[in-house]
Amino acid sequence: MLEQIEGSRAVAKAVALCRPEVVCAYPISPQTHIVEALGVLVKTGELSPCEFINVESEFAAMSVAIGASATGGRAYTATASQGLLFMIEAIYNAAGLGLPIVMTLANRAIGAPINIWNDHSDAMAVRDSGWIQLFAETNQDAVDLHIQAFRLAEEISMPVMVCMDGFILTHAVEEVDTPSQGQVDAFLPKFVPRQVLDVDDPVSIGAMVGPEAFSEVRYLAHAKQLQAKEKIPGISREFELIFGHPAGGLVNGYRLENADTVVVAMGSLLGTIKDAVDDLAEEGKKVGVLGITTFRPFPLEEVYAYLSEARRVVTIEKAFAVGMGGILATDVATSLNRVRIDQYSVIAGLGGRAITKASVRSLLEDAIDDRLEPLTFLDLDHELVEREITRMRESKRSGPTAENLIRDAQLKKFSRTQRDG
Amino acid sequence: MGKDVRLLFDPFGIRIHGRGGQGVVTAAELLSVAAFLEGLHAQAFPSFGSERMGAPVVAFCRISTRTIRTREPISAPDALIIQDVTLIHQLDVFSGVNPFGYVLINTSRTFDELGLGEFIERFDRTHVLTVPATEIALEHLGRPVANAVLLAGFAAMSNAVSLGSVSEAIKRRFSGITADKNVAAAESAFNFVMKELEGSRSLSGVYHEGAKDSSDA
Repeated sequence: MLEQIEGSRAVAKAVALCRPEVVCAYPISPQTHIVEALGVLVKTGELSPCEFINVESEFAAMSVAIGASATGGRAYTATASQGLLFMIEAIYNAAGLGLPIVMTLANRAIGAPINIWNDHSDAMAVRDSGWIQLFAETNQDAVDLHIQAFRLAEEISMPVMVCMDGFILTHAVEEVDTPSQGQVDAFLPKFVPRQVLDVDDPVSIGAMVGPEAFSEVRYLAHAKQLQAKEKIPGISREFELIFGHPAGGLVNGYRLENADTVVVAMGSLLGTIKDAVDDLAEEGKKVGVLGITTFRPFPLEEVYAYLSEARRVVTIEKAFAVGMGGILATDVATSLNRVRIDQYSVIAGLGGRAITKASVRSLLEDAIDDRLEPLTFLDLDHELVEREITRMRESKRSGPTAENLIRDAQLKKFSRTQRDG
Repeated sequence: MGKDVRLLFDPFGIRIHGRGGQGVVTAAELLSVAAFLEGLHAQAFPSFGSERMGAPVVAFCRISTRTIRTREPISAPDALIIQDVTLIHQLDVFSGVNPFGYVLINTSRTFDELGLGEFIERFDRTHVLTVPATEIALEHLGRPVANAVLLAGFAAMSNAVSLGSVSEAIKRRFSGITADKNVAAAESAFNFVMKELEGSRSLSGVYHEGAKDSSDA
């Protein structure tokens, strides 16, 4: 049913339609609305049988999800940012044990400095944990990917993380076609666990593994990810047959035919990029977009197939490896290591900085004219940065950087207001 | 889309200013639902921050006949709805506003009394209005919550959504007597604005004098 609904509520509805038996979560912005809505559905009996477990921390949330999944229950949780970091040991355990937990990550920056706004630093911090990571462009995507996530997780017995941009998607009210219970039931079979803690048929899960087999267990985790890459397109096609619209898959192309320049990105940022690209197309510029829906496993071959004919590739992402540069850009570069293509890495939207169409447009114009630096921080305030660098050079005791920058930014805003006003 | 509904701008960007506790975020959501009910595409979102009671809050709504893809905040709004008049001299609430767009302010005072007489001269006289929405809300709801009331005023002024859709959006969000009272308040605000607009259309003088006359009536 097409409805105008907040992203978090739409996701809660979708998760409920997947009939989770255990939902556990610890509140943290911007994920909270999702589990609050699920809590209501459990309380009113609309989601039944399901146990909603209030836990004392994110570490407990993931640990409870592990326990629930290991005993054969369909388990769901959600978190963001510092919450994800707090559960990181359990994150690796869930993947290492091969437990098909589904988790929403309402993407948010990681501190310090503390910041509640959106970027992809949290998702990137666990990209090597063994979890499958899917990125939603819209709230419709977020709904559809959650349904596909349960199916994928249980087919290969691995946990799946659905990443949706915190606030930008979770708190946006927009139209979403929410599916019916019949559709979800037709798509998602009953959970048959590959391994289960059962008193009548006892096994242990989580034994210590020494050098004799550790590499093999880890390799099998990699093999499962490769298996996921094989399965995802099929799951996406089957989803479309039942739900009547395309969703999921490994990558999504836009205006790629004859594109000289291709922008690669993931998440809600793709919408703004597509608007900018439409404007450029009107001026006759051949720019296309490749959206990465499945980030882990990384679709190396598909990215190559879509990008190998381009003259230049601009990867725009909301996180970076400090001391190195773009993370997604590095993966894209690995895809393209057989071809010579100019590649640009752009870091944007950190800690909630708005990514505007105007900025994306002028960035792409620079790329088209080959004026772009290999690594660019979009809309970086160089004046603020220089001021702090000078301060650090001039005094050994220049004070805390974050506080200095906040003060400088306020002063700058104030002097601008004085000048304009 | 209802036959009387039309978008002067497409996409139509609306920015709502108020304070924490005044239902600013809900207002943007209700407006998006009203537009959705007209068969339009709409997107509502708050300016994400640590929201506190009384702190300035901004929410946005985009309405369009086409699918909305952008996620950037609205820096050049086609309409401004100001729920809390005390903000106008504290923040640059008018920043970027489209000079062909709309300004609706919740106050029982006139633009001249607010010191905005000169500022609003650049706008079409039927595009700038003050509405005593808090008073209307108090009368109907017994509470000074003017968000839904102002949306009805905006509907009357812009025709971007109909009163019927605003009322239906209110009924979907609230239930029972709260919904009924809000709908009654919305109708009252709608009629108030329609009357104001008639007044300003029939006046040939400068607009802010017209606004003053009619609000005294």
